[in-house]
Amino acid sequence: MSETISLKVETQSDGRSIRPSSVARARQDQTAKRTFFIVTLLPVILIVMITIALFLRALPILNAHPFTQLLFGDVWKPSAGLFGFKPFILGTVWVTAVGVLLAVPPSLLVAIYLAEYAHTMTRSVAKPILDLLAAIPPVVYGVWGLLAIVPFVQGVLAPLSDRWLDSIPLFAINQPTGFGILAAGIVLAVMIAPLIISVVYEVFSTVPNELRNASLAVGATRWQTIRRIVLPQILPGIIAAIVLAASRAFGETIAVLIVVGNVANIPTSIFDSAYPLPALIANNYGDMMSIPLYDAALLGAALILLVVILIFNVISTLVLQRLKRRSWA
Amino acid sequence: MDPHVQVKNLNVYYGKQQALKDVNIEIPKKQITVIMGPSGCGKTTLLKTFNRFLELTDGAQLTGEVLVDGENIYDRDVDVTEVRKVVGLLAQRPSPLPMSIYDNVVYGMHIHKMKRDRREYKAAVKHYLEIAGLWEEVQKRMHDPATSLSIGQQQRLCLARGLAVEPEIILGDEPTSALDPISSQNIEARLIELKQQYTTVIVTHTLRQAKRLADYVIYMYMGEVVEAGPASEVFNNPQHKRTRAYLEGLF
Ligand SMILES: Nc1ncnc2c1ncn2[C@@H]1O[C@H](COP(=O)(O)OP(=O)(O)OP(=O)(O)O)[C@@H](O)[C@H]1O
Ligand SMILES: [Mg+2]
Repeated sequence: MSETISLKVETQSDGRSIRPSSVARARQDQTAKRTFFIVTLLPVILIVMITIALFLRALPILNAHPFTQLLFGDVWKPSAGLFGFKPFILGTVWVTAVGVLLAVPPSLLVAIYLAEYAHTMTRSVAKPILDLLAAIPPVVYGVWGLLAIVPFVQGVLAPLSDRWLDSIPLFAINQPTGFGILAAGIVLAVMIAPLIISVVYEVFSTVPNELRNASLAVGATRWQTIRRIVLPQILPGIIAAIVLAASRAFGETIAVLIVVGNVANIPTSIFDSAYPLPALIANNYGDMMSIPLYDAALLGAALILLVVILIFNVISTLVLQRLKRRSWA
Repeated sequence: MDPHVQVKNLNVYYGKQQALKDVNIEIPKKQITVIMGPSGCGKTTLLKTFNRFLELTDGAQLTGEVLVDGENIYDRDVDVTEVRKVVGLLAQRPSPLPMSIYDNVVYGMHIHKMKRDRREYKAAVKHYLEIAGLWEEVQKRMHDPATSLSIGQQQRLCLARGLAVEPEIILGDEPTSALDPISSQNIEARLIELKQQYTTVIVTHTLRQAKRLADYVIYMYMGEVVEAGPASEVFNNPQHKRTRAYLEGLF
């Protein structure tokens, strides 16, 4: 590095001697740059280290059972040496899917409204509210779910479904409690909606107004402009926002754990209870550690969770960044 | 004079700041009207009131009337998309839509469902590209992205896209300021050809361009119209001292 600096000094060839202070400043600048780089790199190093550590600690169970058997095994009975993750994986997938499906349509409408129709005033009010919603601790959402959503599912939605949709397995009432996938999905939907709204809103703002104006100028309506010009441009970004939200839902632990029932079965209806991976880990890690391989199994679950979330996040982040950098016209 | 656009007692405010002050002008039919004036005097603002683009700006307020063919385009029952169909806009920077050359030209026609079938649309696309002087250059690459064209070609494409919805009035806000001299000349030549059929209103900062294009001149200063009249009169014998100063200052 000192070489580059001295090289720079020599190339200042207009005859004036370079004052020592400017050399010092250049060196300071270099040091600052390197420091920032390392600080930025730190999280990456941390993630890599956590992944490796989880992998090493999960290795015993991976050695004891074939990976596919772990993933697709139906039975979770650690005391009998049975470690089937399938109920938990499916529980996670169900809860995430219901949450995302409930959150996406209204979130998209709100984001489109804010980005394309709302006045600057409305926006400046809505933005902080969304940030606030996103900042509420998950445990608060969980308690709200317990006090409001679970009774609502039990007292209102389940009877309605029982009356009208009972013949459809997806909506069958197989247990009466109200705790379950639907309650968790509703809570998750409320939690991830602000995230979807604000990311999609940002995605909309990557489209320059010149494009909208070009369309409006020939007499297109706002909605025609959105549908034909804006949306096709940002579809990848919208999908990325949804994937990002899905990964948040996928890993959400405490709010889900409070309302989902925590029964390790294979769900077939949205009214069934479930036992997602994060809840499994949070409920059991540290207990019953005398059971052989139990610790390794739970860390294996954590590894699966981490890898899936990492993949989701990396993909969506890449898509979103590309969208922001894109040069238009 | 046979006015196509009449502006009556027009005031425009951005928040509390007044950008246009009691503007009263008439734009003659099938001629080129050039709006001139120093930067910030309200040329763009005035132009935006003609196709109701002003309402895209948050906080912009307008009082007064803009009559197109005698009808106030700010009346409550007027459909803004109809106004913009009749009053086309050529933007300062070429703004091709992110689609193919063909789709750009056909875009507005599809929006207004102006033709019956593909064959008609194709013929219309060819027609308007010819009018815009672009057909020769792009006929073999109709399905290439519009962004693959040069900036000058893009502006002619935008002209074709605007003409395709059959407007009666063409607005241009410094439509050649982003272009090289040859492309500028090309656009100017198109505008002169087109004035047989269209009422044209152009904002420009170049006096030479104004002199080449203008049949009618509007000179603005600080939000007010200082002078308006036939080009020969305004250029040769400006009535107002500000106009005179501006015309001399630019030489
Ligand atoms: N969106 C806006 N918000 C607030 N003020 C604005 C806005 N647009 C324009 N103005 C103000 O209105 C006045 C007229 O602006 P306008 O853009 O019409 O001028 P112009 O004559 O087109 O200038 P130029 O030659 O630089 O393009 C200026 O004082 C400008 O600062
Ligand atoms: Mg302007």
